[in-house]
Amino acid sequence: MGRADGPFGGVIVGVAMNEQPKDEGIVLTEAQKRARRSRSIAIALSLAALVILFYLVTLAKGPIILVRPL
Amino acid sequence: MSLVSEGADFRGPLTAGARFAEPSLASVGDYIALMKPRVMSLVVFTALVGLAVAPGSLHPLIGFTALLCIAVGAGAAGALNMWYDADIDAIMTRTQRRPVPMGRVQPGEALAFGLTLASFAVVVLGLLVNVLASALLAFTILFYVVIYTVWLKRSTPQNIVIGGAAGAFPPMIGWAAATGSLSLEPVLLFMIIFFWTPPHFWALALTRTEDYARAGIPMLPVVAGDATTRRHILLHTLILVPLGIAPWALGYAGALYGLTAVGSGAIMLALAWQVFRERRPTARASKQLFAFSILYLFLLFAVLLIERGWGGLMARLAV
Repeated sequence: MGRADGPFGGVIVGVAMNEQPKDEGIVLTEAQKRARRSRSIAIALSLAALVILFYLVTLAKGPIILVRPL
Repeated sequence: MSLVSEGADFRGPLTAGARFAEPSLASVGDYIALMKPRVMSLVVFTALVGLAVAPGSLHPLIGFTALLCIAVGAGAAGALNMWYDADIDAIMTRTQRRPVPMGRVQPGEALAFGLTLASFAVVVLGLLVNVLASALLAFTILFYVVIYTVWLKRSTPQNIVIGGAAGAFPPMIGWAAATGSLSLEPVLLFMIIFFWTPPHFWALALTRTEDYARAGIPMLPVVAGDATTRRHILLHTLILVPLGIAPWALGYAGALYGLTAVGSGAIMLALAWQVFRERRPTARASKQLFAFSILYLFLLFAVLLIERGWGGLMARLAV
């Protein structure tokens, strides 16, 4: 909603063309934010562990890691 | 409508606490509970025995990776089981506090979690260890989720007899991870767990018949009655005990294992006989058999690990 002074001292009230009603979306509670944060940290740690595991196994196996017979 | 509510279209008979339209409150602990950590620990232990008693050498890091993948695969199967069984879990006293029926984890989240873990476990095992172990792990997860959970569990009193195979595969996966092949010895370990499962679960089912009946699960005591179940427990134990002794008889295990298998097997048989003779309302013998069956399997595998695997494991760690 916009508010402006008119040319003769009057007040014009209306909706500006480029303004949209603000969508708040889903508003998380503090408990939900904490739960999401703990899940995000767990996912990050798991991915980091996976990266380290792949790195170490590549070192341990050496070039033979590219050879994969059944 | 939120993405969460769109994804959670489950309308089973859950408890009143289930709130699917709200953003998740699931903690990391809830996701760990989805993986059935107690079942996972048994899976890891039996897989470790399969891995340790296998011939040849294996880098300890590759062995660790194999066990990690088997553990995660077992956790994935547990999560998918809890996703599919949320409706009956909500009815049964033993399972109604699980994360999905409690509404802490939404069914869609449990499904996505299980599928993601299963994919990771199978792919990583295939890439870092070997394809045979990876294929066996994929088959085990598929067997547990599709054959046991979706099909057999709700349709036949033989559900845990056939479905028990899923829990018997881990030593074979461990062996395959170490050697890239299979032989009679891991098949023997498979057979021990396969024939151990029915007496173990039927002993539990005898004490929870009403619970299973209320949930509509056709467990043997619900469908065929107590007397038939007690007879089947005795028959399966009669097959199980010689199978438990077989690794020693076939020369795969030493005297300590032989003594343990004979002694604990005799106790298993005595308890199964007591269950066969016992009549309601006491159910004391069933509880004793259920408790001892856990110890029996642990003893057999632990002694095998000490006798056969420990030396090999230490040698591998020294690589």
